[in-house]
Parts: sequence; structure tokens; C-alpha cells
Amino acid sequence: MSRPAHRRPECHKINKDLLVLTYGALVAQLCEDHEKDEDVNKYLDKMGYGIGTRLVEDFLARSCVRRCHNYSEITHIIAEVAFKMYLGVTPSVTCNNSSKNAFSLILDKNPLSEFVEELPAGRSSLCYCNLLCGIIRGALEMVHLAADVTFLQDRLKGDRVTEIGITFLKQPKERKSQRRK
Amino acid sequence: MRARSAWAGVRRLGWCMADKVLFEFLHTEMVAELWAPHPDPGPGGQKRSLSILESIGFRVGQALGERLPQETLGFREELDVLKFLCKDLWVAVFHKQMDSLRTNHQGTYVLQDNSFPLLVPMASGLQYVEEAPKCSVSPAPVPGLHLRPSVRHPQYPRLPELGHHLCDIPACL
Repeated sequence: MSRPAHRRPECHKINKDLLVLTYGALVAQLCEDHEKDEDVNKYLDKMGYGIGTRLVEDFLARSCVRRCHNYSEITHIIAEVAFKMYLGVTPSVTCNNSSKNAFSLILDKNPLSEFVEELPAGRSSLCYCNLLCGIIRGALEMVHLAADVTFLQDRLKGDRVTEIGITFLKQPKERKSQRRK
Repeated sequence: MRARSAWAGVRRLGWCMADKVLFEFLHTEMVAELWAPHPDPGPGGQKRSLSILESIGFRVGQALGERLPQETLGFREELDVLKFLCKDLWVAVFHKQMDSLRTNHQGTYVLQDNSFPLLVPMASGLQYVEEAPKCSVSPAPVPGLHLRPSVRHPQYPRLPELGHHLCDIPACL
């Protein structure tokens, strides 16, 4: 019998420090190339978006998650499966409004900024991990979900935790959920 | 210091592992972003883009090297440094050893990786043969020892094998 097609080879790991340090070097290079924090944030978001549009395919192939029926489930999948799979951390999830389309991912420890003590002088508006926002936004867009993803709190800016806010922009189509019943 | 002890030192660091796919995509985006839009489209612009990528790799390698315990850097001779690079550090970073290390015993070394992880995803077809040499973000983990990647074209038409060619650069430890 041949191996199932969806099964991936066992070893798909790489040194975590390499990832973290490479990301730090990238941010440093972007800071050298662009004077304004907004431009660096924009490039990080754009690069993250490009990563997210491809990463979601890998995620869906390897995680075999079930179909989600609401935004809360989607956010929990992002936190408990995707973050765990790719970064080894599990942020906690909170809902920010009664419409249940705005959520927060709370990170006690952000692996991408593990070696960063503080933002460089004159870079107070820099969203160091803005790549993550782009990744989440790109991944959601590939599954036809539009969302605004931004940093609401950042430990590098003196906040107690790092908080990523996800606001879904459209309601899920109710026809699909009714069809499944 | 023998390679096995050096690897034990690397493991004592408790280096954690992350998902390779995320790093591959990050690397691809970095190359695309830092290579492409340069006002000088000629060889001068390409050279600058390559040196930017190389300097990022150098910075990463230096930082990785700083995280090694000092006893792992107690090399007696230059060849020990290269062996550490090929057998210990390459395994710690890319989960595989360098495939071959050759030297003329006169200060020149050729390190060859037949399946460099950052290029393997592009190796299935010929469409990336022109683009592959741009993927040169390779760490130079030993301070003062600078890796200059050069690409050899093999006899059969597939992706060039990545080679690191060191010429008369003494290791400063």
C-alpha cells in the first residue's frame, strides 16, 4: 500500500533561533531602507500578506481542521492550531464586541521578538511583528474572509501583553450553515 | 575540540525548533522584497541587492555564533572550524550535514550541499535556474570567517548545487 498523499515527511523543523534572528535582521534592514515607521510597518504587512496567502494552504493540508461555523471558531483555530504549529505558542482568545466579529489574540510571549529588548530610538511607532498581522490577513483572505488585523497592544512599547486584534468585515453566509443541517 | 563535543555544546543550548515552512516563506519574501525594486537595473544594482542579502545572512550568522557556548569555539586549527560548520552547525540550523567538504590544504575550502533546504522547493523545474543564485542568505556563524557562496553548474540540467568557496581567509576567533 502506498503512503497516503497528504502525509508529509516527519522532519519539517528548523532551528527557531534562525527564524527569529532572520526576522530581526529583516526588520533592521527595512529600518535602514525606510525612515518612516509607517513605511516599515507597511512593508512588513505586505510581506506577511504574501506569506499568509501561501501558508494557509500548508496549514489546511497538515492540520485537517474541520469547517468553522462562526468567527469565534475561526479565531480559536488560528490561536490554538496555527500559532501552535508554526510558532510553538498558543495565544489566548477574547471577544471584543457583542456582534462577535472582533476578537483579540493575547500573547504573553511573542517568539518573534524574543531577542528584542526595546525598539530602536526614534522608532516608537514601529510595529515590530507586523508580519504576523499580514500573515493572518492574507491567510483569511485566501479562505474568502476579509478582516482587519492590527496590533492593539505591544510589549515592546511598554504594554503588559502583546495583543493582535482581528475584526472580520463580513458576516459568514448563513445559507451554508443552514444547508449543513 | 572534537566535533562531537561541540555538538553536545550546541544541544546544551536547548535550541528549540520551529516550523520549516514558515522560514522558507519568510526567506522567499525577503529575497523578493530586498532584491527586486532597485533604481539601478544593471549589474551594479544586482550586486548591491546581493550584498544586502549577504549582509543579512552575515548578521544572522554572527548572532547565531554569539549564542554558542565559548567552549564550542575552542578550535585548534582551521579545519576544525570547517568541520564544525559542516557537521554541527549545519545540523543545528538545517537538520542535515553539509554533503562534502574539500580543501587544497592551502587555505581554500569548498563546502557542498546537494540539497540546500532553501533551494529544494525550487528544484523541481528549470524555471528558477536563473533566480536560484539570488537565494544566498546563508549564515556565517564564526566571527571573522566569511562565507562567499558561489554556484557551480553540474553536468546534468537541474538546479545548480550550492557551494561555499573560501579563499585564503584566516579564521579569527
